[in-house]
Parts: sequence; structure tokens; C-alpha cells
Amino acid sequence: MAETTREYLVNALLAVGLLLVPLWALWADEPFTITLFTRIAILGLAGVGLNIALGLGGMVSFGHAVYFGVGGYVAGIMAQHAFNGAPILGLPASNQMLVIWPVAMIVSGLLAAVIGALSLRTTGIFFIMITLAFAQMVYYFAVSWPAYGGEDGLPIYVRNRFPGMNTMRPWDLYLICWGVLMAALALFAVLRASRFGAALMAIRQNPDRVSAVGIEPFGIRLAAFVLSGMLTGLAGALMADLARFASPAAMAWTMSGELIVIIILGGTGRLFGPVAGAAILVGFEVFFGGMTEHWKLWLGVVLLLVVLFARGGVLGLVAGRERLG
Amino acid sequence: MTLALLLEQVLNGLQFGLMLFLMSAGLTLVFGVMGLINLAHGSLYMIGAFVCAVAAAATGNFWLGLAAGMAAAAAAGALIEIVVIRRLYDRDHLDQVLATFALILILSEGTKILFGPFPLYLNVPPILRGTVNLGLTDYPLYRLALIGFGIAVAVGLWALIARTRLGIRIRAGENDREMIAALGVNIRALYTVVFALGAGLAGMAGALVGAVQSVQVGMGEPVLILAFVVIVIGGIGSIKGAMVGALLVGVIDTMGRFLLPRVFATFMEASQASGVGAALASMLIYVLMALVLVLKPRGLYPLHG
Repeated sequence: MAETTREYLVNALLAVGLLLVPLWALWADEPFTITLFTRIAILGLAGVGLNIALGLGGMVSFGHAVYFGVGGYVAGIMAQHAFNGAPILGLPASNQMLVIWPVAMIVSGLLAAVIGALSLRTTGIFFIMITLAFAQMVYYFAVSWPAYGGEDGLPIYVRNRFPGMNTMRPWDLYLICWGVLMAALALFAVLRASRFGAALMAIRQNPDRVSAVGIEPFGIRLAAFVLSGMLTGLAGALMADLARFASPAAMAWTMSGELIVIIILGGTGRLFGPVAGAAILVGFEVFFGGMTEHWKLWLGVVLLLVVLFARGGVLGLVAGRERLG
Repeated sequence: MTLALLLEQVLNGLQFGLMLFLMSAGLTLVFGVMGLINLAHGSLYMIGAFVCAVAAAATGNFWLGLAAGMAAAAAAGALIEIVVIRRLYDRDHLDQVLATFALILILSEGTKILFGPFPLYLNVPPILRGTVNLGLTDYPLYRLALIGFGIAVAVGLWALIARTRLGIRIRAGENDREMIAALGVNIRALYTVVFALGAGLAGMAGALVGAVQSVQVGMGEPVLILAFVVIVIGGIGSIKGAMVGALLVGVIDTMGRFLLPRVFATFMEASQASGVGAALASMLIYVLMALVLVLKPRGLYPLHG
């Protein structure tokens, strides 16, 4: 699935545009625009995570919001404990992003390992419903567990810190998110070109043939699923810091739907597909949300048209059909 | 006293389970016959409740409202099938998920535009108000009627599928679509009828439950997800599985919420026990689902072998 020259150009345009527009906003003193782009970068990152499972591995997880939400809770809980000076499980809490990110990734990775190991016993429609159901399970747990806010969520009073940056300034936070997004995209590209990625894509196309040549699909799928959950969890930690709020709504089932929408709008399995999809979704919300309170109706209509008539997403329209390797 | 409470909770669980069955039956039929995953099934539940509430308020008669709600949900189902769903049968599940997710957005916002953003209230019909004495306890008559209603519909659905020509076609459709099309059955019309039937059942459930809860946008999705759990447990495509799964989920969920906080209270502080108990109770049915999956990955009553 190598990119065509045209898709390379579109990708480069997206990567540079993601830096230039917020830079203009910084110059024009438009912090709201910078925050919008931060949301695009974070949702794009969550999408890149899901794209590993869904785009490369063909695993339609309808419960990826759970990793997004859990990542957010890790950031929120760490921040709260660091704020109060209370240790977590005997360990000192930290409000350093460089500590919080690995913890968020480990926690969501462990969760993905458990959910994945159970869900990957099934395929197709069962897999979709089961991932959804497990995500709901964690969601209801978060809502009814009173220790960390329950239904009200968990506010983050002071954003977690990053060395050399002032995370309370929109531009600094944006740079951090942009950097993480670019690193994740690089990881995705390396992964896709690796032997692991080749096996994963082969399993998506035909698991029986892959096991016939001696590769066990379950392990590869599970590893991809865990990695996918970890990246989405990292995005969740960043989102909680952006909103200064860890919310149970981040793991509601509609969020899982939105993550899939982001990938499909952009183009499944494409490197920059989730970034384009996140930009479209946020753009749509800002543009139509300003005109009518019923903008979701129009989002539904557009989504329906894309699914029925424009398979391959927006990058598919702009950059041409993908060459299937 | 405790025994009376227990009986009340068991009945609540049965009632909840039977209403879940009405939702799950349509969902599992549509998957069994057409191979389609329909997220918008919860929206049909919502449509049934809204139309029932409005029609009952306008006519002053709950039963007219119920009939209108069912008819509206069935009609909406038929329309959706003809305009959108029909194009999705040959697509993969991902496309089906997305297209029906889009339908949820459209139907939820559409309902808000038509009926306004505020919840509607639907009154229990006068003959079913009050309570009945069951020896141990007084129980609301309406909830008891829901149990009877659910059982009657389940029997009717069984008769429809086991005893009528339409039922034979539905079962044949589950086994071999191409063959019954080759035998001259109008498969497109059959699909529309099955979809409308499932939609009507969902609309009925929405209208019936609407009288004990508030009727609002978004009321369908939590029930939809529970219905997913039900049919995953029962085996996708199996009506019998949907019945068993629905009763299991209904009773276990209700009893868990009732019993777990009390169990924890025996060895914990009362305030903490209610929190922990409630949190764990909300996870119970998903644990049940995981257990079923580990033991029987295709559900309790798998459709094909």
C-alpha cells in the first residue's frame, strides 16, 4: 500500500499546513484557532491509533473510545494526586507529561490486551458488538465509581507539565501535540512497511492463507490491537490536558463511532487518512455548528453519502485510488 | 419484607428482560435473514415512543398511541430499508456500521426538529394504573401487564415464524437466500417486511417503556447496546437465543443492582458499599457476556451449526 506521488504531495501539504495555519494564528493572535488545531492533532492521533487495528488489521473495533477515555483518566488522576501530593498505589504521582504518557499507554495497552484477547476469539459482526460492549462496561464503571468524579468527570486544575514548555500557552501545547502526532505517523509508516505490518495486512486479506504459511494470526492481531489501544490512550491523555478535564463522555460509544468516522472520512488504511478525517470533522463542527444547532443532521447526511458513494474517503477523492499491494 | 423486595426485583428483571427481547428480536432477525448489523434499531425504538406519546396526548387514548407508535416505527423501518439499508446488504460490516451510525445522527436530530428538544411524558393507561396484591407485596399493575404483554408477543412471534407462510420464508431466508429467490420468492419484498417487522417490535418496546420512563432523544442507544449484549449471548440470528439472552440480561442486571450493594454492605462501610456495589453491578452483564464468549464464542444458540 505505498502512496502515489499525488498522495505524497497531499500528505506533505497536510503536515506543513498543520504547522503553518496555527503559526499564522499565533501571529494574528487567534488562540481559538490554535486550540481547534490542537483538537485536530489529538483526534488525528487517536485515529492513527485506531487505523492500525482497523485500517491495517481490518479489526473493526467499535470500542476504541475506551482507550481514549482511560488515557484521559490517567492524566486526570495523576494530576489530581500530584496536586494533592498523595501517592498512587504507593508510588509518587507526577504531573510531568513525559511520565504520564507512558503510564497512559501502559494502562490502555493492558486494557486492550484483555479486551483484545477476549474479543479476537470472534470475527466480523461479533467482534464489532463485543468491543462496543466492553467499552460500555468500562464507561458504566467510570460513571458509577465515585472516587474520581463519577458522572461529573475529573477536572485538571493545572495542565500537566512538559520540560521547556509552558503548557498553559495554546501554541506550546499545540507544538507538543503536533510533535506527538508526527511521531505516531512515522511509527505507523514504519510499522506498515515492516514484516509485522505485511503479516498484519495479509491476515486482513486472508487469515487462512497466512496461517497456512506458518504465521499465527491471533498473536499478530493482538499485538496490533494493543499497540492501537496504546496510541489512542496517549491521545486521550493529551485531550484531557487540552480540555483540562477527564470526562467519562470521552469513552461514550458515540466517541467510538466518531473515531471510526474520522478514519473513513479521511480514507481507511492511508497514512494521513485520520488527520484529514479529524480536520474534516472538526471543521464541519465549527462551520456548520455556527450556522445551525442541528449540524449533526448534516454530518449524518454527508457520512451516509460518503459510505454509499465515495468509498476511499476524502483522500481517495483527492489523491486517487490506492494501489493495493 | 426482604422476601417481598426480592420478589419485586425478580418481577422487575423479568419485565426488563421481556422488553429487551422485543428490541433484540428485530435486531437478530435482521442479522439472521439479511446479514446486516443495524445500529439505527435504537432510533426506531425512540420513534415508537415519541409517536406514541404525541398520539396518546392528542387522542387521550394510550392504546391508539401504542398502535400509532408501532405503525410509525414499522413505516420508518420500511422507508429506511428501501432508501438506504437495501444498498448495504452486499457491503462489509464496517460500511453497515457507518451508514447506520449516520442514520442515528439523522434520526436523532430529525426527532429533535420535529418534536422539540424537551422530553415528553407518556401516562400509563387508566385501566393499568395502581397496584395488585401478589400476597407478599403490592406490585404496579402496569409493569405486570408489560410482563404479560411481552410473553404474548413472544408467543405470537414464535407462531408467526413456526406456523405461517411468511415464517417459512423467513426461516428459508436464514438458511439459503439464493435458493428461495430461485424458487420465486420476492426476496426484496421479504427483506422489507422483515425489517419493518423488527422496526415495529422496537417501536412497540419504546412506546411501552416510554410510559415508565421519560421519552427523549437518545433513549434508544443504551437499550440498543444492551440488545447487542443479548444477541451476542444468545447467538446472532436466533430468536430463541434472543429470548434466553434477554431474560438472563434483564434478571441479572436488575438483581445485581439490588443485591451487590447489600452484599458489600455486610463487610464494608455503607456509603462505600453502595458505590462499589453499583459500579460492579453495572459491569455484571458484560462479565456474563465475556464468560459466554470464552465458553461458546458463537453464543448459546448459534444459528448455523
